[in-house]
Amino acid sequence: MKIELTPKQVQEQGIFRAFVSEEIAPYADQYDQAECTPDNVVKKLAEIGYLGAIIPKEQGGQEMDAITFGLLCEEIGRCSASLLSLLTVHGMVCQAILKWGSASQKAHWLPKLATGEAIGAFGLTEPNVGSDAKSVETTAVFSDNSYILNGEKKWISFGQVANLFLIFAQCDGKSTAFLVERERSGFSTEPLKGLLGFRSAMIAKVFMNECQIPAENVVGRVGFGFSHVAGAALDHGRYCVGWGCVGLAGACLDACLSYTSERKQFGSFLKGHQLIQQMIAEMITNIKAAKLLCYHAGYLKDKGDPSLIMETSIAKYFASRMVSRIADDAVQIHGANGCSSDYPVQRYLRDAKIMEIIEGSTQMQQIIIAKSAYHNFALEKRRARQKEKA
Amino acid sequence: MATILEKTKSFMAQFINVNVADDEDIFASGLVNSLFAMQLVLFIEKEFSIKVENEDLDYDNFRTLNAIVGFIERKI
Repeated sequence: MKIELTPKQVQEQGIFRAFVSEEIAPYADQYDQAECTPDNVVKKLAEIGYLGAIIPKEQGGQEMDAITFGLLCEEIGRCSASLLSLLTVHGMVCQAILKWGSASQKAHWLPKLATGEAIGAFGLTEPNVGSDAKSVETTAVFSDNSYILNGEKKWISFGQVANLFLIFAQCDGKSTAFLVERERSGFSTEPLKGLLGFRSAMIAKVFMNECQIPAENVVGRVGFGFSHVAGAALDHGRYCVGWGCVGLAGACLDACLSYTSERKQFGSFLKGHQLIQQMIAEMITNIKAAKLLCYHAGYLKDKGDPSLIMETSIAKYFASRMVSRIADDAVQIHGANGCSSDYPVQRYLRDAKIMEIIEGSTQMQQIIIAKSAYHNFALEKRRARQKEKA
Repeated sequence: MATILEKTKSFMAQFINVNVADDEDIFASGLVNSLFAMQLVLFIEKEFSIKVENEDLDYDNFRTLNAIVGFIERKI
């Protein structure tokens, strides 16, 4: 076993860090307060190729391996969780098309998604449907070689600016995924403001009112929307979020190391107080643990191992819980300053909470992970019984 | 060397805690969940070096052990 980045991965990591430190970090608080990510930021991400991170080179993408892509998510998450959500949802649409798109969908959309000519958004959640994602209420009715979509999606990251939406609907009661272009008649979006976190993630409501799309816009097949198309996309999303949490937690730690080295109370720097040291030690250890889980998930992804789905869930679960606690401690260490917009830790805390909700809430991950453990336990017992009989 | 049937049986035994007949519908009987669907795709692709494509998305290819084996044999 070897846990070590390749020289190329180390080099890429340096490039990612330099880019986000110069282009994103100085402005992230400003975007958060304005509840907006300017177009030029998305353009910069596109120009440097990060929107095509997972797309094959032959379609104009970067074709990053899973670990390199994870490092990119970590660095973007370190500076802006909102911007990470662009990489997440855009990547989820790319992943869905890459895995289950038709040849013509791949040929048409992947080059556009790689260059940022098309920005993808993921339309699963609805006003009445969150964790129970199989029960979406949006409908799709087949008519004249096209589908008529009716319904509403909510909390759609970058829904304000995306021009290609992966929409999940019930088609004769069967979960189905569709590509819906913004310019389709009957399609509209409405910005959602005033959220706790992810404030510059351009979150929107999406409306489809007798929205007609061609039959060839189905991704995968009718009936395979949730199990296969959403399954592939959400796995990718959880991987991005897990790594983004590691980055965000790193930002919390950096802020605390800096603050406690400069702030004096009771005649000594905060870093000299043992209760502060305890919090710092907890942060470091938990970030390292989360990072190892993300590395493991990435390793399995690069191998295409079936266990990657469960291991990615575990990584996302642990990393999002971890960053929530670390951001909470970061604000605590900063005291009243931590509650002020003069310091970024208040943004980190608000964004960290969102990490526990998106791409499968903490509780849904807990259910999946625990059920899997009981299942494996029962299988072990069964095998042991069979061995005894034999 | 393990056959396609043996390898597939062994993979499914990791997820299904009862004896399954070779022609039993594992989706209709509720023996597997939606997570398994993607895990099965990953298993087929990794183990047999084939790609499960858009046009392969048909439950008749994955419904039973026999169907899965038949699908893999056709793709190899």
